[in-house]
Amino acid sequence: MNPLLEILSIPLVQTILKIMFMIMIFAMPLGTLMTLMERKWSAMVQDRVGPNRANVGNFRGHGLAHIAADALKSIFKEDTIPEGSDRFLYLIAPFFGLIAGVSVFAIVPIAAPIGNFTFQITDIEPGLLFIFAITSLSVYGAVLAGASSNSKFALLGGIRASAQMISYEVFMGLALMGIFMVYGSTRVSEIVDGQNAYWFGSLIPKWGILTQPLGFLLFTTALVAETKRAPFDAPEGESEIVAGYFLEYSGMRWSAFMLAEYLAIVGVAALLTTLFFGGYHVPWLHLWESAPVWLVRVLQFTKFTAFVLFCCWFQIQLRWTVPKFRFDQTMALGWKKLLPLSLANTVATAAIILIFV
Amino acid sequence: MELKVKQMQRVDGFKESLYLPALFMGFRLTVRHFFRNLFGSKDVVTVQYPEEHRPVSVRWRGRHRLTRREDGFLKCVACYMCETVCPAKCIHIDAGDHPDLSVEKYPVHFDIDELRCVFCGLCVEACPKEAIRMDTGVISMAFTSRNPFDFTRDLLKDEYQPNEVTKFSDADLPQPKSQAEALPNSVGLPAA
Repeated sequence: MNPLLEILSIPLVQTILKIMFMIMIFAMPLGTLMTLMERKWSAMVQDRVGPNRANVGNFRGHGLAHIAADALKSIFKEDTIPEGSDRFLYLIAPFFGLIAGVSVFAIVPIAAPIGNFTFQITDIEPGLLFIFAITSLSVYGAVLAGASSNSKFALLGGIRASAQMISYEVFMGLALMGIFMVYGSTRVSEIVDGQNAYWFGSLIPKWGILTQPLGFLLFTTALVAETKRAPFDAPEGESEIVAGYFLEYSGMRWSAFMLAEYLAIVGVAALLTTLFFGGYHVPWLHLWESAPVWLVRVLQFTKFTAFVLFCCWFQIQLRWTVPKFRFDQTMALGWKKLLPLSLANTVATAAIILIFV
Repeated sequence: MELKVKQMQRVDGFKESLYLPALFMGFRLTVRHFFRNLFGSKDVVTVQYPEEHRPVSVRWRGRHRLTRREDGFLKCVACYMCETVCPAKCIHIDAGDHPDLSVEKYPVHFDIDELRCVFCGLCVEACPKEAIRMDTGVISMAFTSRNPFDFTRDLLKDEYQPNEVTKFSDADLPQPKSQAEALPNSVGLPAA
């Protein structure tokens, strides 16, 4: 056997390669692209041009060079540490968010498996419960940054962020109960495969958004609140608490917060695609029985990426469409409306499954 | 006087608390703008400044220019009107005898220190020959040192482009070395 193939057949090597692909080639480039796209797309919404000045030689690429320019600027800026801050916590806080943002991609499949080889880093049994665990970890990033900065504004921002994220985590899990019940598993691969079924022969795919429309709305709302983006961006309020919990940060650590936010956008998009838009499954592709395997995988990856991009665009468009909630409104919406709704959704789904299926 | 009070109707109730209809209306607006600008930048009002300029009014007082006669010589007869009227004292003229006797004098040097200029336009009003105007539409002069702000005669001639060789070269006019050489026919020159 070819020694290269032999090395590639070791599961650990495969996993490392998959991790490198998902992070280096998929998540990070998309995340950094989103930092620019947020500014370009918001400009289009507001009838502006957006950043287009940074250039490499004569190449401007509609502002693409700004990505490199921003990174370079952040690297060379001073990394300030405020007086009286908790140095250790202050230095590690930015990376909690990054870890949480990246971890989502551990369980997201990007194409159907070939034999034993899955296009997914790991297909653990708890599946989405792992995601809930990881996203609750990202609260620490905001709390530690706010608490260790020795700044009242940062502390207030941290408190707001933690209160908001913990509140919305409560029904984020409940909103997905419907999905777990409909597809009968918390394992991601089974949820994705469950969405490959059809109603009425092969007319309408059983996507999560069609089986659980209310669950989709609730889960999207919870995820948007979890990423602390508009309309739930009370943790950063220019007029009240300036930049909120990462007010004191500068340079590369500030960029880490920003990158974490945009990685979270891509992560949310990947989750939404996987759970509610059929994952990698291209609808009605099973009708083409003679399709070559590689083409099917390419189509699946393309469909997955396209929906991830769509969901990213949706989140950014959402931010530039809606005004923000006041903080008390955020909490009232979460506890008084969305939590009962997600409970009702769970009960109703259970009842329907019990009676009709 | 009775104050006019407009009572706003507070929209409230189930439909409002759903948020979704309002959200949908907002999306309809922003998505329309997004796609209009994605394909062809139709609504964008931004002027890409260094490459594009907003048109300025013809009455805008911009950088000066020296107009020319039909035969290409400067209209300026070096009468010192503008230099005299200039409140900022930024115009400096040296007169010389023109080879064409019907013209009498021409400016050997006509320097304007644009850094001192207050762009009042008095030089334009004072000029009897319409030789100096401020209608170039150049609203910004930006250089990295002071020297380029001293605009000499040849830089002020109209049709001057920074990177273009002017049709009107220095060789067109005699280049005297001194005031006495420039005004051979004059009397009453100050002693050198």
